[in-house]
Amino acid sequence: MIGTLHLVRLALRRDRILLPVWVLFLVGVTYSTTTALEELYSGAEARAQLGVTANANSAFLAMLGPLHDWSSLGGLVVWRWGVFSGLFIAIMAMLVVTRHTRAEEEAGRTELISAGVVGRHAPLAAAVVVAGGTSLLIGLLQAVALIGKDLDAAGSFAFGLSTASVGLVFTGVSAFTAQLSENSRVSNAIAGGFLGVVYLLRAAGDAAGESGPQWLTWFSPIGWTEHVRSFGDNRFWVLLLPLAAFVLLAGVSAYVVTRRDVGLGLLATRLGPAEGTTGTSFGLAWRLQKGSLIGWSIALFAVGVIYGSVAQAVGQMVEDNPALGQIVQTIGGADAMVDAFFATVTQLLGLISSIYLVQAVLRLRSEETSLRAEPILATPVSRWSWVASHAVFALVGGAVVLASAGLGLGLVYGLQVDDVGTVLPEMLGAALVQLPAAWVVAGVALLLFGAFPQFTGVSWAVVSVSLVLTLLGPALRLDQWVIDLSPFTHVPKYPDITFGPLAWLTGVAVVLLVAGFAGFRRRDLTT
Amino acid sequence: MTSAISVSGLVKTFGPTRALDDLNLDVQTGEVHGFLGPNGSGKSTTIRILLGLLRADSGTARLLGGDPWKDTAALHRRLAYVPGDVNLWPNLTGGEVIDLLGRLRGGVNKARRAELLERFELDPRKKGRTYSKGNRQKVALVAALSSDVELLILDEPTSGLDPLMEAVFQDCVNDERERGRTVLLSSHILAEVEALCDRVSIIRGGHVVETGTLADLRHLTRTSISAELAAPPNGLASLAGVHDLVAEGNRVKFEVDSDQLDPVLKQLVATGVRTLTSQPPTLEELFLRHYEDAK
Repeated sequence: MIGTLHLVRLALRRDRILLPVWVLFLVGVTYSTTTALEELYSGAEARAQLGVTANANSAFLAMLGPLHDWSSLGGLVVWRWGVFSGLFIAIMAMLVVTRHTRAEEEAGRTELISAGVVGRHAPLAAAVVVAGGTSLLIGLLQAVALIGKDLDAAGSFAFGLSTASVGLVFTGVSAFTAQLSENSRVSNAIAGGFLGVVYLLRAAGDAAGESGPQWLTWFSPIGWTEHVRSFGDNRFWVLLLPLAAFVLLAGVSAYVVTRRDVGLGLLATRLGPAEGTTGTSFGLAWRLQKGSLIGWSIALFAVGVIYGSVAQAVGQMVEDNPALGQIVQTIGGADAMVDAFFATVTQLLGLISSIYLVQAVLRLRSEETSLRAEPILATPVSRWSWVASHAVFALVGGAVVLASAGLGLGLVYGLQVDDVGTVLPEMLGAALVQLPAAWVVAGVALLLFGAFPQFTGVSWAVVSVSLVLTLLGPALRLDQWVIDLSPFTHVPKYPDITFGPLAWLTGVAVVLLVAGFAGFRRRDLTT
Repeated sequence: MTSAISVSGLVKTFGPTRALDDLNLDVQTGEVHGFLGPNGSGKSTTIRILLGLLRADSGTARLLGGDPWKDTAALHRRLAYVPGDVNLWPNLTGGEVIDLLGRLRGGVNKARRAELLERFELDPRKKGRTYSKGNRQKVALVAALSSDVELLILDEPTSGLDPLMEAVFQDCVNDERERGRTVLLSSHILAEVEALCDRVSIIRGGHVVETGTLADLRHLTRTSISAELAAPPNGLASLAGVHDLVAEGNRVKFEVDSDQLDPVLKQLVATGVRTLTSQPPTLEELFLRHYEDAK
């Protein structure tokens, strides 16, 4: 363990931006969620009504878990934010641990460090200290934020420590997955897959309710946070479970470290083919991009399925609630409510898909900076065809990803209303009309890559600004011209699809793409 | 003799840094040309311009009779390149990379590929991320050497190879010369350049300061001489071309410009010579002289 302290300092120095952003995010959302819920459900009656609706709806139960205690504002915060707070802190812990263990080892830097006066366990211990410490800090600050909103102190600490406990468990999980593979991406994928399972276990348990296999939630670290019943019974003893899991996982990882060579993993790397079949620039791009394309398609299909299954509940909620029903009648009835729901959902899917498109375009830049573009461009492959072979994954791949989302949405909702034949093509169309707007965002990314390669990262700012303007613009009462800056604002809303905006959005995208191509044709390769 | 590469007055700046400053380079068809210089002297920048990866600010560059920036694809069909930093795709095997680069260039010579894999003792089934630096370089070398091209551009191709593999590499380059191919070999390993190259260009601060055959270059430099004379030397110090003279009794040690060797030796003989050793300049001295001058 000698040298752990130095490595902790090194990690904190490297993450001096990343970690504060995570802390700020997880504590800030806790505070703002509390403020929002305080305004929305100020009266006991409003809260009780929410409690009945929330616990009766299996879609809500699956997504957020049950609302155990609606007598206090704290109970509402736990319901609305607890599960997601756990999800996010798990992602934080996972990324931090892998970044300072397996990724370092893969890059060969651990070798450099290990040659110094540094104990065998020091790199792992430092990563665990940083990720675990950040988790605890986030938990404590969340508690402080809640107490700052005048909530019960014991409940606030129960909530904060619950969040921290998920961070700790996933610190342990990633410490272990980092031992498995030689590749940090695989380590993250295994830990991320485990997080998905853990979320689904509690989603299934919560949605099943008391009549079904509710015990499933006891097998999920996120489920444990629900069992703490913060602001209710405040069962602190439940937190012993994540603590034990953390100690066990960290201990096993530490043991594995002593049993393996630096740079190697427990899972042996298999040998591959001695001869290749890939012989074109597009073939190479396919090898590099297919994993992400398939992953995104599956993920957006799943998101489509989730939203598709909630859609009917949205209609039912209106029918069950006469008071709400009257308001809805004035805007066109329950059908209009469902339509509005789909309009919002497809817009959200479009925004999410733009992340995929941008990432597919930015692969060009990472190939360039890692010097892997150089040997390809030193062959007869022209710059044009090299860019095109990756851009096609943004342009056509984007369509595939959006179509998968539409497919999930249409299939599930179609089955519920017993009319797949009509619903499916409609939902496919509603998802695909988002494509031209996503192309515009991809076009901006390609233009940046082609003309201003040092600023390719600004593409993510474009994605974020589009997200914020489109989703929050109206609520923040921004001027319309500001909201109009997001291409997604101009996409026709389901079910009124008009082709005018789609045509000009496509036109803008084409201009951006051509400019990006031309820029790259004229510039130096840089790193 | 025609020129495979001919560069004149090449200038390239990166912001405030002038990476290439009026660079001239001439590589004749069929020769192995050494491109010598320390890190950061502009070797890779020159090569990247020749490959059309960078655009020169001014000056002209001709490669195999074409313009490297405009006729990129057509020219690349006729050359192969080994970069100084070889990065491979983590999920592709070495064999897959060799075949990919070969196919992109228009085809792989299977027999040569197999022969080279054996000579370099490279396992083509390993994934890119598991190769060491030397093995990544071998992947790029096998890909380049197994293609049927006129020109090989090698940018410090052996910096990660062990001495055994260095010898294999030298054999391969000699084979290429016999096949009539042109090789531009950038390097800072002097022994390698001395063993392989017909002609050498030395680059310093983005400018080629010396170019010619090794014999030409030696002619421009000094031979070191130590001798024991019959009597104390006289008049040696005043002769043109004599440097760093150290005289102790009858013993002398000095360096002499190679073109002034004759009159100096006559002077020694006139005094009477008991023993004499002379050392021709090594490339190392030549190289160091150019770089020390720069300081």
